[in-house]
Amino acid sequence: MAHAATAEGQQHPIKLYLVVWGWLFILSAFSYLVDYFQLEGMLRWALILLFMALKAGLIIAVFMHMAWERLALTYAILLPPLVVLVFLGIMMFESDYTLYMRETFFAGAAL
Amino acid sequence: MPDVAPAPAQDIATERTGWRAVVADWSADRRTFRGVSWGKAMMWIFLLSDTFIFSCFLIAYMTARMSTTVPWPNASEVFALEIFGTNLPLILIAIMTFVLISSSGTMAMAVNFAYRRDRVKTALLMLATALFGAAFVGMQAFEWTKLIHEGVRPWENPWGAPQFGAAFFMITGFHGTHVTIGVIFLLIIARKVWRGDFDQGRKGFFTSRSGRWEIVEITGLYWHFVDLVWVFIFAFFYLW
Repeated sequence: MAHAATAEGQQHPIKLYLVVWGWLFILSAFSYLVDYFQLEGMLRWALILLFMALKAGLIIAVFMHMAWERLALTYAILLPPLVVLVFLGIMMFESDYTLYMRETFFAGAAL
Repeated sequence: MPDVAPAPAQDIATERTGWRAVVADWSADRRTFRGVSWGKAMMWIFLLSDTFIFSCFLIAYMTARMSTTVPWPNASEVFALEIFGTNLPLILIAIMTFVLISSSGTMAMAVNFAYRRDRVKTALLMLATALFGAAFVGMQAFEWTKLIHEGVRPWENPWGAPQFGAAFFMITGFHGTHVTIGVIFLLIIARKVWRGDFDQGRKGFFTSRSGRWEIVEITGLYWHFVDLVWVFIFAFFYLW
């Protein structure tokens, strides 16, 4: 069956979903192995974020059919969460500052 | 306003593509999301708002963890289980992850069969999804019980930074609530599908309007979102 997104619904072959399902299993297994083998440092972070992004992308694009929606909806939904990254950056900066202050002025106190 | 299927996007769409199409849709002085029903658009907007809620929880957790001078408890050890004499790190969380992904798989297929108007297969796959979801919540209850017995509280725990408990209960609790609501949602819609409500145009109990098969896809959007949030919780709370 051809790919088609109409008002009466998304028509995709079942095989597509099974393939994505399989990939989600594989990627989750990889994520788990990162912890199992106790990988550390930048390698651990890079792998965790990579597998996370791939899984999230597959779920949104295929399972939630975002890949076949009109761009007006896709951008309206997927662009706003990007501002969370700004918030994330602000709070990382803030956390570093708080930690610095605690280590400098409250050394020894459990905070 | 009656809930009718919107006209196919292809018929009303202009030749524009890419950003030009986006601008045309948004400036058309009519409903922006062409070819998308209100139900689906509103579910997406709700999910967007939910994204911000979970983002705030995860960022609050990150802030607490990055700014404390006390070592953070090692999730790999905290969530380890002894199975058949071997100590497996994080094993329960891994099983929960696979269960939730499987539920997403069955849900995706339920949506597919819904659009083929296959009543029985759609209802059965939705029931399977609900069952996986219930299993997930059950394992989460087990995990909470175990941690509470070990002395984890929102204000203290035996292993390190006291904020660990607050972040854990808040984040997994809020997610578990979403899963629970999703299971109830699934069961209600599965019953309607099984009974043939969407073929007979039977009126809904609350809305007094007949529903459409598309509600299966909308339910699916919510369910996949719950799985999506777990992907982030798994990465940031359990693997960090």
